[in-house]
Amino acid sequence: MALLTPLKTGSPLRPRSGPVLREGLNRRGSLEPKDPRGPKRATVVALLLACACLATLDQTPALSPARDLAGEVFGPVESAVSTIARPITSLPDWFDTRAKLRDKIADLESENAGMRRELRTTDYGRTKLAEYEGLTRSAEDLGYSLVPARVIAYGPAQSFTRTVTIDAGTKAGITADMTVINADGLVGRVLRATTDTATVLLIVDSDSVVGGRVGGDSSAGGRGSGQVGMVRGSGVIASKARLDLELVDQTVAPLKGDTVVTWGDGRGAPYVAGVPIGRVTGVFASVRDSSRTVRIEPYVDFGALDVVGVVAPNGTKGDRSVIQPDGSLK
Amino acid sequence: MNPTQSAALRNLVAILLVCLALVLQVSLFGAFAWDGVVPDLVLLVVVAGALARGGQFGIVLGFAAGVLLDLVPPADHTAGRWALALLVVGYVAGRLRQEGGIPALSVVATAVGCSFVGTSVYALSGLALHEGTTDIVSMLQVIGISLVWDVLLTPLVVPWVMALLNRLEPERARI
Repeated sequence: MALLTPLKTGSPLRPRSGPVLREGLNRRGSLEPKDPRGPKRATVVALLLACACLATLDQTPALSPARDLAGEVFGPVESAVSTIARPITSLPDWFDTRAKLRDKIADLESENAGMRRELRTTDYGRTKLAEYEGLTRSAEDLGYSLVPARVIAYGPAQSFTRTVTIDAGTKAGITADMTVINADGLVGRVLRATTDTATVLLIVDSDSVVGGRVGGDSSAGGRGSGQVGMVRGSGVIASKARLDLELVDQTVAPLKGDTVVTWGDGRGAPYVAGVPIGRVTGVFASVRDSSRTVRIEPYVDFGALDVVGVVAPNGTKGDRSVIQPDGSLK
Repeated sequence: MNPTQSAALRNLVAILLVCLALVLQVSLFGAFAWDGVVPDLVLLVVVAGALARGGQFGIVLGFAAGVLLDLVPPADHTAGRWALALLVVGYVAGRLRQEGGIPALSVVATAVGCSFVGTSVYALSGLALHEGTTDIVSMLQVIGISLVWDVLLTPLVVPWVMALLNRLEPERARI
C-alpha cells in the first residue's frame, strides 16, 4: 500500500506533461483548457434526470396542464401558419397534367363500368348494393351533429405515432373521446381538446383500438357477416395504411371486399356505431397460434386529410355552424 | 450592448428559432411528407446551435426543444422522449464542434449523423417503453427517409442559423 501511494498522488500531475499539453494549445500558441464551453457534467446529469422525471410524470395526469398550456399557446400559431401556407401546400395538386387527369377519368370510367356490370348481372351485387344503402342510411340516421374542422398539423412519422391537430376546440363544443369522421369514413377520436384546437388519434396508430363489425353479405357464402371484433392500427406509416381486425369468433372468415363498420353503444363514446372503417383485403391464418388476422384497407386517405367532422351530441352550440343530422347547417 | 444582455438575446433568438422550426415542421411540412416523414427542422436547429455555441449550449437547447416537441399538439407520446433524443444530439454536435469554422461538407455529415442518432434514440426509447410501433423494419425505413430529408435541408438551414447565432455572440466570449 505504502508503495502505491506516491504513484496515486503523482497521477494528477501527469496531464501537465506530454500529449494533453500539446492538445491544449490554441492557434496563437497559448495554453487553454481543451474545450472551454464543453458541457458541464452537472448539467448533463441534471437534464438526463429531468428527461426521466418527465417520462415518469407523464404516466400520471400530472403533465396534462403543461400539454394544455402548450396547446393554448401553439394551437393558434399552427392554425395561422396552416392557413397562410394553404396556397403552398395545395401546390402539388396543380401539377396534375392533362394526360394524368385524362388517365384518372379513364380509370374512374372503367371502375364505374365494372361496378355497373356487377350490379346488373349478379344477385350478389344487388344485395351488396342494398347492404351499402343500409350503411349509408345508418350513417345518416346516426342522429348526431357534425362539427366541421380542418386539420392544421400532422404528427411527424419520426414520432412513430399517428396524430393530427384540428382547428376546433372546447369553444366549438368539442371534448375528449368524440368520434372524428370525414366524407370517406372513420378518421379517429379526440384525445384532448384545448380552447381552439384538439388532438386526434388516427385509427392507423398502433395504440388505436376500435370495435368493428363486418357488414358482409351472409347469403353469398361469406360467413363473417355481422361478426364483431377489434380493429387495431398497425402503426405502419407507409403510403398504404392498413388495419388489422381480430374477430371475436376465430372460426369465421369474412370475404374479400366486405365492409367493416364501427359498433358501439348508444352513448357514442369513444366511437359512434355504424361509421364505415374500411374494406377487407385479405385474411391471414397464423399456424403458430391458430388465430386469424383480417387485413383491412381504410377508406380514409390518411396522407391527405383536410376537412373532417367531429361527431357531437345533438344541440351542440359553438363558435361555428354545426351540421345537423338532417344535413342542414345551423 | 453588454455581454449579459447579448447572451440573453442569443438565448431568446435560439428559442424563437426552435419554435418557428417546430410550427413549420408540424403545420407546413406535413403536407409534403414522404410516407409521413417530414424534415427534422427542430433537430437541425439544435445541431446548428451546438455547432455554433458548443456542447453546454447544445444540450440545454436540445432539452428545451425536445420538451416543446413532446408537449405541443399533436404530440401524444410519453413526454421526455424527444427531450432525451435531442439532448444527445446537442451533446454529440457540441463534441464535433471546432474553433474557427467547419467545412461545409462536415456540417452536412454532422447533421446527418446527429439525425441518425436522434431518431434512433427516440425509437429505442419507444421500444423500452413499449410505445408506438415495434416493427424494426418500418422504424429503419422511417429513419432512412428522414436522413434523406436532412441531407437536403441541412444546407438551407444549418449555416444560416449558425451565422445568426455567431453574430449574436458576446464579444468577451469570442476566441
